[in-house]
Amino acid sequence: MTAMVRASRRGRAASRPAPPVRGTGMLDALHAEWTKLRTISGPAWLLLGVVALTIGVGVAAVGATHCPAGTQCPVDPTKLSLTGIQFGQAVAAILAVLTICNEYSTGMIRVTLAAMPRRELVLAAKAILVAGLVLVAAALAVLGSVLAGHLILPAHGFTAARGFHVSLSYGPSVRAAVGSVLYLSLIALLSLGIAAMVRDSAVSVGAVLGLLYIFPIILAFVTNTTWQHRLERWTPTNAGLTIEDTTGLHSLAISPWDGLGVLAIWAAAALLAGGLALRLRDA
Amino acid sequence: MTTNTVSVPRTGTDAEPDAGRAGFGWLLRSEWTKFRTVRGWVIGMIVAAILTVFLGLFIAAGNNTACGSPGGRQLTGKACLPYIPHGPGGEVVTDSFNFAHQPLTGNGTITARLISLTGAHADITGGHAAQVGSGLVPGLAAWSKAGIIIKQNLHQGSAYAAMMATGSNGVRMQYNYTGDTAGLPGKVSGASPRWLRLTRSGDTITGYDSADGTHWTKVGTVTLSGLPSTVQVGLFATSPTYYVTNRSFGGNSNQGGPSQATGVFDDVTVSGTPAGGKWAEVAVGGGGPMGTGPGGQAGSPSGGGPSGFTAADGTYRLTGSGDIAPATPGPGSNLPTATLQQSLTGAFIGLIAIVVVAAMFFTAEYRRGLIRTTLAATPRRGQVLAAKAIVAGGVAFLVGLVASTVAIVIGDHLETENGVVVLPVPVLTEIRVVVGTAAMLAVAAVFAVALGAVLRRSAAAITIAIVTVVLPFLLAALNVFPSGVGDWLLRLTPAAGLAIEQSIPNYPQVASAINPVQAYYPLSPYAGFAVLCAWAAAALALAVYVLRRRDA
Repeated sequence: MTAMVRASRRGRAASRPAPPVRGTGMLDALHAEWTKLRTISGPAWLLLGVVALTIGVGVAAVGATHCPAGTQCPVDPTKLSLTGIQFGQAVAAILAVLTICNEYSTGMIRVTLAAMPRRELVLAAKAILVAGLVLVAAALAVLGSVLAGHLILPAHGFTAARGFHVSLSYGPSVRAAVGSVLYLSLIALLSLGIAAMVRDSAVSVGAVLGLLYIFPIILAFVTNTTWQHRLERWTPTNAGLTIEDTTGLHSLAISPWDGLGVLAIWAAAALLAGGLALRLRDA
Repeated sequence: MTTNTVSVPRTGTDAEPDAGRAGFGWLLRSEWTKFRTVRGWVIGMIVAAILTVFLGLFIAAGNNTACGSPGGRQLTGKACLPYIPHGPGGEVVTDSFNFAHQPLTGNGTITARLISLTGAHADITGGHAAQVGSGLVPGLAAWSKAGIIIKQNLHQGSAYAAMMATGSNGVRMQYNYTGDTAGLPGKVSGASPRWLRLTRSGDTITGYDSADGTHWTKVGTVTLSGLPSTVQVGLFATSPTYYVTNRSFGGNSNQGGPSQATGVFDDVTVSGTPAGGKWAEVAVGGGGPMGTGPGGQAGSPSGGGPSGFTAADGTYRLTGSGDIAPATPGPGSNLPTATLQQSLTGAFIGLIAIVVVAAMFFTAEYRRGLIRTTLAATPRRGQVLAAKAIVAGGVAFLVGLVASTVAIVIGDHLETENGVVVLPVPVLTEIRVVVGTAAMLAVAAVFAVALGAVLRRSAAAITIAIVTVVLPFLLAALNVFPSGVGDWLLRLTPAAGLAIEQSIPNYPQVASAINPVQAYYPLSPYAGFAVLCAWAAAALALAVYVLRRRDA
């Protein structure tokens, strides 16, 4: 099919020397993907879901937590405010998975690839758009969550005087907030790569959620310290979420930015594998 | 709709086979055919079983005990385990306390007035930085205890009944490790002493308490079957690991350290034979006062260490450390314990695979347009849903049963070989855990089928099913929320169904963190399972409603 399209384009280019690369550049790919995302309501609702679910759970978490005077509260207030990320990431994953899998389930992928024979370009355009959209939604979600923590937690006993900080003027909180926004984007990219490999939405969502939630559960049960250390350092959620830690940093198995870097490696590897699968397989 | 036009002519032309075809059995068979002929779904179920077993064994195999003195020979596995006492009921117990005892033959009574209960525990107030053993500070653990006891003999794990005052749980009558009855509330002090009495009559022991020594209240009566004619009676003191459940957010952190309790008694009388017995002190299970052992560890109770018993002018002072209680999983235990449930951790990953297949079992019909054929052949839409739920649930049950049986049998064997004490449970409990896990997976599959019917989109259905079953467990396990909120998550969400895997009861007389990783759930096994069933039933009802209302 791609060969046919290429052939016809060559013919057209010969007869009409006017813009020969029209419709195959990165900008065109982005424009096409943006149109596809913009013109259905699903992605908008899912992005809204990321924001609402993240902030909602965050508010519930900080609202339910109190630190009465005179008690020890080993709480990381910033991390607590960002609890909703655990839920928001599932919605971001759905968005990313559907961006690809919906095309396969409707057969749209053949049209897309006919129009855009450079398949890695299609995946790159999708990746840029999904990451960008999730970035915007995540920024709103994280801002809302941190703001909720900043407003609610001091009234619940987590005051700055007692050493609890959650605000955008406190360095570690800013790092956690910025990092969490990047975290959600990376989770979306990881999901996109897996979806490009798997192609079926159900199996992709299952695989992504398994990857996100199973490792923390295994970590909770494993008593072997060597494996605990490995799981903390090398699995996407355990390593990636260290970016939210603002207390007890010396006891982390991996430093926050390195942890986010591990997640970035996972996302890059998934995208690479997804790109290869897209390139080598028939659509 | 097309359903009538298809079914009506058929009834007219060929009534005989149609009667059979319209039956529910035929519907089940057709759904089963759909299921088994999709290669991906069959593979998905097999993968679910393999992952369940593999992950369970991975965790069981990694659970190791190693020991050995510094510089000496290092031991691993079973060789590390001390003697493990079992109680009369077969459960693994902790039985170490300091015992001032004398023999009692035949029937008799012991009465004592407890005028003080004090103690000391490891200093863990410094938060994360403090190390256990850095010193002792005054204070009692919630279940520090001192009182009177009638015990079968001086061996660990033998039958007993005791009346005691506790750190912060008032007077209790406890017996045979698992029994616990509340008596007078409040703390013991010189101004507010507690009178305690135990009476033996044959195999029956009755416990009384009193605030003044004249007005006695019966707390409880127990029958210790097979009690020999000569038993040991006397005073005891012991104190379990003192620990603070620091609900650390984002990680498990239970701060704990050893503690000891000192009880001061006066007006102690033993009536019966032999009369005028002499008091002897024995640290049952090394439960004497904490000494600073050779390694400088405040943790090791000294077996032949300093005496914890003094008697002068009719006043007896007894100090001990340990516990008389069932062994429980988790940080409260001094043994490397594991529950049956730990070999079933893989059920989470099996659950995800099963949920994916079950949701697709319905949504695939919409995607391929097969739903129109299905509903044309069976116009009663509720029956279609029921047949799909039964097929998906049945397959999930069988897969879960095979996987959890294999995981438990091999996993327990591995853990036992590795020197982990897999806490024994009655056979019926073991069956409930294995069959219950399979049933939990089956109900989760039905839940996913129903969600698939309601939402028609596999991605949304699968995400909801996984997020509502797995994520509440994860958040509660990691203590992401404060304890109360985490408990409510495990009561209200479909994750409550995981409680069916709990094998060791939540003994109120043992301070343990209610954490699902240690296989403790806030709801009882069947109540939790009922919550999951209620969610599945609600989803099914909603699915029937929307299936009838909507065009396919």
